[in-house]
Amino acid sequence: MQTPPLSFLVVLPVLLPLMAGAFLLLFDDRLRTLKVTVSLGTILALLAMAVTLLVATDRQGAIVQAVGNWPAPFGIVLVADRLSAMMLVLTALLACASFVFALARWHRAGPRFYSIFLFLLMGLNGAFLTGDLFNLFVFFEVMLAASYGLVLHGSGIARVKAGLHYIPINLVASSLFLVGVSLIYGVTGTLNMADLAGRIPAIGEEGRTLFEAGAAILAVAFLVKAAMWPLNFWLPTTYSAASAPAAAMFAMMTKVGIYVILRLSLLLFGADSGPSAGFGAHWLLYGGLATIAFGTVGVLASQSMPRLAGYSVLVSSGTLLSAIGFGDAAIIAGALYYLASSTLAICAFFLLIELVERGRAAGADVIAVSMEVFGDGEGAGQVEEEVGTALPMTMAALGGAFFICALLLAGLPPLPGFLAKFAMMSALMTPSEGISGSAWALIALLALSGFAALVAMARTGITTFWVPMQASLPSVKAVEFAPVAGILVLCVAMTVFGSPVMRFMTETSQALHAPSAYVGAVMPAPPAAAAPAVPEAGR
Amino acid sequence: METILAIGIGVLGGAGTWLLLRPRTYQVIIGLSLLSYAVNLFIFSMGRLRPGAPPILEKGVAGDPAAFADPLPQGLVLTAIVIGFAMTALFLVVLLTARGRTGSDHVDGLGD
Repeated sequence: MQTPPLSFLVVLPVLLPLMAGAFLLLFDDRLRTLKVTVSLGTILALLAMAVTLLVATDRQGAIVQAVGNWPAPFGIVLVADRLSAMMLVLTALLACASFVFALARWHRAGPRFYSIFLFLLMGLNGAFLTGDLFNLFVFFEVMLAASYGLVLHGSGIARVKAGLHYIPINLVASSLFLVGVSLIYGVTGTLNMADLAGRIPAIGEEGRTLFEAGAAILAVAFLVKAAMWPLNFWLPTTYSAASAPAAAMFAMMTKVGIYVILRLSLLLFGADSGPSAGFGAHWLLYGGLATIAFGTVGVLASQSMPRLAGYSVLVSSGTLLSAIGFGDAAIIAGALYYLASSTLAICAFFLLIELVERGRAAGADVIAVSMEVFGDGEGAGQVEEEVGTALPMTMAALGGAFFICALLLAGLPPLPGFLAKFAMMSALMTPSEGISGSAWALIALLALSGFAALVAMARTGITTFWVPMQASLPSVKAVEFAPVAGILVLCVAMTVFGSPVMRFMTETSQALHAPSAYVGAVMPAPPAAAAPAVPEAGR
Repeated sequence: METILAIGIGVLGGAGTWLLLRPRTYQVIIGLSLLSYAVNLFIFSMGRLRPGAPPILEKGVAGDPAAFADPLPQGLVLTAIVIGFAMTALFLVVLLTARGRTGSDHVDGLGD
């Protein structure tokens, strides 16, 4: 099997963080300069590779590397197409921001932070690149194991308690994952995603029920990660308890669930998959709508900023899930744009929260909210504060960043949150056969969730930034503010270069809706030469 | 044989699920272990139950695939066992930390 150029780039995003992380385990944590240099070098290399892959896949389509050089249905393949490359770039960007942010303080808060962080990247990259269901499980577990470490990073009762809920939920989800994978293998006799796509139309009647049950169980495992209602009660608590850099990275982890559902639903249950076409789409649609509604209520009810960010993750997940449920290429193109912008926005918001909250006393949010309800608060003593003092630069910069985050999360122009929602809504409103009731529901919920985010962010912003000057201003290092600013600048760039970005998203979405190119790239011979379908069923 | 295996998986899975929903962390971890046993047996059964059929070809012999058990689910089970074991160990550490921090073995860290 000839290897196309750049195919090594498909393996390195998995291999490099694994080797760097394992290498760093050999040294004591006190050798910080070495560890920071190696980790940062690895992350920057990952970013460079991801961008190269993005350009290459955009030009020549899917790049496939058969691991161990076994041909596709027998060996394990790693596949990079536009969607994978885009997710890799997002991962690397979030990793850069979170890691640089952590360099100010958080990397000292617990042992072996660097290795755990790199292993998380390995798991994420592997999950985005693999073309095999069981390997997906392995990379999921690598990612989750690292995330258990990151949840607990920094220790403290809140984190241990959150971990105590987060870990069993994911362990049970992993069990469901295994049950689903083995059911699918039992029916079809393959775990290669491309091979599976070719075999699904030929599954017999009695095997189909079993296969669809397997796919549904598998989907539950992904929906736990993607945090669809009612599988998402763990998320706000866990994300708000985690340290800021960890929470910022976790913004990517829910997107892994979204990515797998998007990939598998269009690859396995696309238009040409026979009787199973569109399997589960209604569940995704209504589940997604319920998730947006739940997230919106949560955003309004949140009394602290980390929880607000946690519920924003839910709104983002719900929007993406219901867009996937529609299965329309134009809607999914908008949804992909939304995925990129909302992931970046939530990452920046999690990092920003830590900086903003630094200067505040614990429980300040709760008091601020109840003050609105009960009228006279403790704030009366602040009246003699000097009026008209210059706003210190820190607060101004943080306030500006908060303002941009609010615009992004609420989806207001001119930032990409608005463009993404606009793209989705315009695609929802121009179908050939009239606008369906669920399309109206999604449009209404998109608008409503944006409005709720605006109200909640405005309320939080007013009680945080428009208060009499606090005695202790948050001391923010440049290295902490730079990642937040960098991500927000990227978001602005997504607007400025909106046309090429949207062109890329549209092509990605169209490629996902025509899975034959993906299957053709992975499977070596024409599909006709493959083994007879369903060899094992009914034995 | 299928019936016995099915009952075994059912009992393990049922007991695991029940224990998982109990309020004490020790019950939860035992429940998780039982559940993972059930899942491992389930994966194994997806290769079909074949008594007396080895999963590995003999050296130098081409062999008839019909005379051999499916090796892939056995490989999957091995991977699942290793990963499940590591995760259980990790959870045990968190559980002990939670016990030390909160002074309670309730899953919500509540007192008795």
